[in-house]
Order: sequence, then C-alpha cells, then structure tokens
Amino acid sequence: MVSLTIDGQRVAVPEGTTILDAAKKIGIDIPTLCYHPDLEARAVCRVCVVEIEGQKLLQPSCAYPVSEGMVVHTNTPKARQARRMAVELMLARHPQGCLECIRNQSCELQALAERLQIREIRFERKLRDLPKDESTPAIVRDPDKCILCRRCVAMCHDVQAAGVLYPTNRGVDTVVTPAYQRAVSDVSCALCGQCIHACPTGAISERDDTEAVWQALADPNKHVVVQTAPAIRVSIGEEMGLPVGTIVTGKLVSALRRLGFDRVMDTDFTADLTIIEEGNELLHRIKNGGVLPMITSCSPGWIKFGEHFYPDLLEHISTCKSPQQMFGALVKTYYAQKMGIDPKDIFSVSLMPCTAKKYEADRPEMRSSGYKDVDVVLTSRELGRMFREAGIRFEDLPEDEHDDPMGISTGAAAIFGATGGVMEAALRTVYEVATGKELGALDFVSVRGLDGIKEATVDLDGMQVRVAVAHGLANAKKILELLREGKAPYHFIEIMCCPGGCVGGGGQPIPTRMDTRAKRGEALYLADRSLPYRKSHENPAIKEIYRDFLGEPLGERSHHLLHTHYTKRGKYPWLSS
Amino acid sequence: METPEVEKCRTGSSGQPDEIDSILEKYRGRKDALIPALYDIQKVMNYLPESAAVKVAEALEVPVSKVYGVATFYTLFSVKPRGKHIIRVCESAPCHVLGAMNVVKELERELGIKVGETTKDGRFTLELTSCLGTCGVAPAIMIDDVVYGNLTADKIPHILSEYR
Repeated sequence: MVSLTIDGQRVAVPEGTTILDAAKKIGIDIPTLCYHPDLEARAVCRVCVVEIEGQKLLQPSCAYPVSEGMVVHTNTPKARQARRMAVELMLARHPQGCLECIRNQSCELQALAERLQIREIRFERKLRDLPKDESTPAIVRDPDKCILCRRCVAMCHDVQAAGVLYPTNRGVDTVVTPAYQRAVSDVSCALCGQCIHACPTGAISERDDTEAVWQALADPNKHVVVQTAPAIRVSIGEEMGLPVGTIVTGKLVSALRRLGFDRVMDTDFTADLTIIEEGNELLHRIKNGGVLPMITSCSPGWIKFGEHFYPDLLEHISTCKSPQQMFGALVKTYYAQKMGIDPKDIFSVSLMPCTAKKYEADRPEMRSSGYKDVDVVLTSRELGRMFREAGIRFEDLPEDEHDDPMGISTGAAAIFGATGGVMEAALRTVYEVATGKELGALDFVSVRGLDGIKEATVDLDGMQVRVAVAHGLANAKKILELLREGKAPYHFIEIMCCPGGCVGGGGQPIPTRMDTRAKRGEALYLADRSLPYRKSHENPAIKEIYRDFLGEPLGERSHHLLHTHYTKRGKYPWLSS
Repeated sequence: METPEVEKCRTGSSGQPDEIDSILEKYRGRKDALIPALYDIQKVMNYLPESAAVKVAEALEVPVSKVYGVATFYTLFSVKPRGKHIIRVCESAPCHVLGAMNVVKELERELGIKVGETTKDGRFTLELTSCLGTCGVAPAIMIDDVVYGNLTADKIPHILSEYR
C-alpha cells in the first residue's frame, strides 16, 4: 500500500493506483474528459490536471500513479485555471450546437462546461467545417464535434479489434477518420457502435430513424408491428429515468401500445426459434461430419466483422438468421397469413440494443417474405426519444403482456441478450433433444459472466461437447485465430460482438460501461428465472408454428425463411469494388 | 509535361510492385517497423499511395488506419504524389523572424504554385517544415537533402536553376 495526501486527507491505496482513483476513494471527483474507465488512459485532454507538491508542472491525475508521501492538491486556482483553459480551447473549435445535438443532455463536454462554470470563451471561434459521414445505415460521424480525445480509437482498436478509426494529420489539423479519409461504408467496420459509447460528444452517433416510425404509426393503412429484443427490456428503463438493470418488460409493452403500435410482439419468440433451428443444425453437423466448430450467428456486428476479417471461416457460422430477421421473415408470411393481412400493408419495426442491426435489416438477402422483412430498426436510444416526446412516463405505466402469436417466449430467449446466453439456451435444448432425457440443472454458470473468453464441456450422454463463448471482438479474434490455425478444440462457439453481449450493444442507453453491462446482464438472468418456461423447445407457440407452418426444424420452409448466407468482404473491401 | 518518374508515382504502381514486396519482406510481422518501412517505400514511390499502405498493413500486421495515421503525422511522409524535388521551408520562429515568409512568397511566385502544391511539370513540391536545426543560418530551406541558409528572396531563382 502507498500512503499519500490529497487535499489534506490521508489515503492509502495499492501501488499503481492513479491519483484520480485514489481521490475517488476519499470522495473527491476530479473532472475528466478523455478518461474512460474501460479504456487505457491517454491523458490528452488535460482536464484532470492536479498540483503535486515539489513539481512545477501540473500532472494528469487519470494517468499519474501515486507514490509514497505524495501531497496532491486537486482544487487550486492553478489547476482550475488550466482546466478551464483546456475546455475553453476545445469549445472554441466546437459547433456548440447543444440544442440541436443528438447528445443534448448526455454529452460529457456539455456537462463539463456546466460543471466548470464556463460562462465565456476567451478565444476566437474557429470551426473546422469538416464533412459529415452518413454513408452507412447505422452510424453517423460528425467530426466537427470531435474533441480528439481518442476514446473511439481505443475502443475500435483495443476492445473491438476492427481498427477502423485512427487520428490522422497532426496538431490543429488532426482528425479521426478511417484510412485515406474513406467513408465508413467503404471500410471493414462492423458497425457495432461501440465508438458511440466511447464518444463523449455527438461526434459519433446512431442514424436516427424515428421519423419513419412516426409516419408509419400515423398512417391508417399500415398495420404496424413491433418486436422487442431480449436486451431492451432491461435497458429501456434507463432512458426513462429508472435505475440500471430494472426489468421493464410489461411497461415496455404498454408504452408501445400507447405509442400506437397495432401489435406488440417479441424477438424472444424468434430467439426460441433460433435455438430450435441452431440446436438442430449443430446436432446435424456433429452427426453428419459437417463443418465444426459451429459459431453462432445472432450478432450482426460479429457477422460483418467475420465477413471482413475471417472470410475463410464463414462456413463455420451457423446459417440461422438472427432472431430479428427470423421475426421479420415470419411476420410478413406466417403472421400475415394467420391474421389475414396483406403483407404489403405490414410495417415491421424492431427495437434493438444494436446499431449493426440497422445494416442487417438493409441487407439485400433479408427480403425472404418478398418484402423488406424488417422495415425499420430503432435502437434503445431512439425508442427512449419517442417515449419522451410522447410524454409517456414509465413509473405510471401498467404492466402489459406481449401479443400472440409471436409474443410467447421462454427464459432461454431472455438470456440471449447477455454474453453466454445463446450458448446456455442452446445447451438446454440440445441436451434434451440429443439425449431424450430431462435436464436437471438448467443453469450453465460456467458460460455466464464477463470473462472475455469462457469455456465448458457438456456431457451429452457420453459425448463430450466442448463449447466456448467470446464477447467483444478482440476476444472473438483470439478464438478465431486459434480456429484458423486449426487449434480450436470446440464443437460450438458463441460470439457476441459487443462487450457483455447485447446488453452492452452499441444502441443501448448512454452511458454503457462495464458496470452497466454487468447489471443489465444480471437482470436478464433474473427474468429467466421468473418465467414459466425456461427451455426453448417447451415454448407452446414454437410447437404451434412448427405444427401449423414450418413443418420441421431445418425443413424446406425454414431453409427459405429462417436461414441465410454470408458474403466474403475482405479487410479492404474498396480494393475489390 | 510530366517526367516519367512522376507519371509512375501518379498511377501508384511505380511499375514495380515486386519492389514494394521485397522492401516489406524484411519487416514482415514487425509492428515496430512502421516508420522505416514507410520511409523505404516512399524512397521508391515518392509518396505513399493507398495501395502501398495496404501492403504495409498486411506485412506488418497493423490496421491500415494506423499506417495512414503515421503517414500523415510526419511531414516527411506524403500520401499525395509529389514532385521530383521537395522544397521545404522552415516555419519555426527564428526563420520566421528573419523573413521566411518572403522566401515562401518568392518560391510561390517563381514556381507558380502555393505551399502544399506540386508544379505542373512534376519537378517541384513546396512544403513547410518545422525546425531544420540550422537556426544559425536562418532563414533556411531544404531541397531534397541539401540545406540553403541566409536566404533572401533574390537568391531563390539561382538556387532553383540548379534543379531545373
């Protein structure tokens, strides 16, 4: 332990602790901006500077380790002056369009300016007038709002291993971009949106598609159907002012009804369906010498990453569409038939924790109903904006239930939203299908939690099935490199693009950090335990859809509606185009 | 009229892709060798086209965004085609005080281009640079590897004539 004094208070902390963390321990919250608790400190913004006795220069507390006997002052005129100066300089070349900014009230720069009581900016305003990048259906980049903190760069390279964004040029000309100033649509971006969570300002955001949904809701000729992703029910509460990890399934359903959706159904239903199809695909591959290990396919950020970086491994990925796209394909076929509605009059909206889902819905192959299967994807943040604009208050809402026929689901589907959840859900079903025996303990705890890579071996009546789970693309990359070298000793691998799984998706409420990801994940496991059915194959609505419509798993209709194929895109897609 | 060298650079192929590959052979898998690799390639190509950056990224196993970031950070690297001769005018304080801007103006007038541009015949590129370390003879410029000091505007035409 190291003892030091901060603002006159003694504190003892482990060696290697930063001044910032030591101060936090005694209730001193030093202002920061480029610091992010989940990313390596880069100490470039100079907002967290403090005075250390015996040192002439101010030091960045986010990166400066404590030492024995150190005497630190965090709140001196010199430190305050330096902080203000740093923030004023940033603001002098920032558009300051807070009122019309997508990050109004969730912007760290705005909050910091308020906290430091910046009332005037002594420097001449010099805007850069850089072009916006709106080249993808998922992510918008507005480099004029960038303060060059480089958090997105750390996220993109260190956590997500995509390495798309990097600072280019230098000094006042620095701009964070893809290589050779290419558009995001040109490069090997997974569209995971984790850069949005890293960004303290509105320089990176989701494409807002709320207007299209408002219009559909106001159109009397449209039958507007909505699906709610597993991870939304434990995160949308945050958009509505509730604590992190509050389960709001029932309130979400009644809020959607109040917005005017004609039918509120559940992606969890098609998550159960995914388990039936994917579980059978796995057993089929094992029995028939198919390509193993098989990798899950529900996470569209992972799919796009795989298409760019591992085009040689695409045969390992399950051909199952994601639950979102299974729902989309069924809502304009099965549901339309059952309800006697012309599919051209159905407007299908999906509520997702994810930006990559917007891209997935736009893929040309995702039109197996003969129409665009999912018309619009909204992230949690966009849905929160719609609820707030409509004046819906979650605390006063009753708890409603999802509509049938695609609204009944199991606990297995709920946990899809957490890392390891798809694997656990699949194992619950695969075990019983393969062995014909009832599974005693349903909880596969070894695949739960936030370790980057988790492994387990499951005994299927004598056959040892080895599984692995990775979340965050840098972790996925480790397993994929092993697989490429022929050294991945698994039958089945779950890959989730985002850290923590979908609960930490790029479309989730701001802030999304490791602690929020963990709390939302725990809530999903709670939801799982509270549901009457916890195994996908026991879902009565699933039994019904196979009986009435699909026939059998992996059958002709499933093949047409529920399975897909992938595209070899390569790391440098612009070279081939 | 473009010189053959510049023509080659503009197309980004330089006519000898194998040469890039052989340069990169000794840097394969070496993430630490980004700057030397870029330096060697620029010597051959005159600048760093995207196609070369992709090859560097593949050989060194670094993202191409980082290759571009480093190539644009250092003024000695260029991601745009440049002339046969690079004229760098020192823009640091001592040169500035002793009239570097007059030198820049005269160079721009003589060459018919602005800072950052290349002459139509592909012979000269005019750039600014940070301190050349020759403050004793300020204001100074560097053409390729040769430094010229104690400059005044009237000395410029004669210096340029050596390169024409």
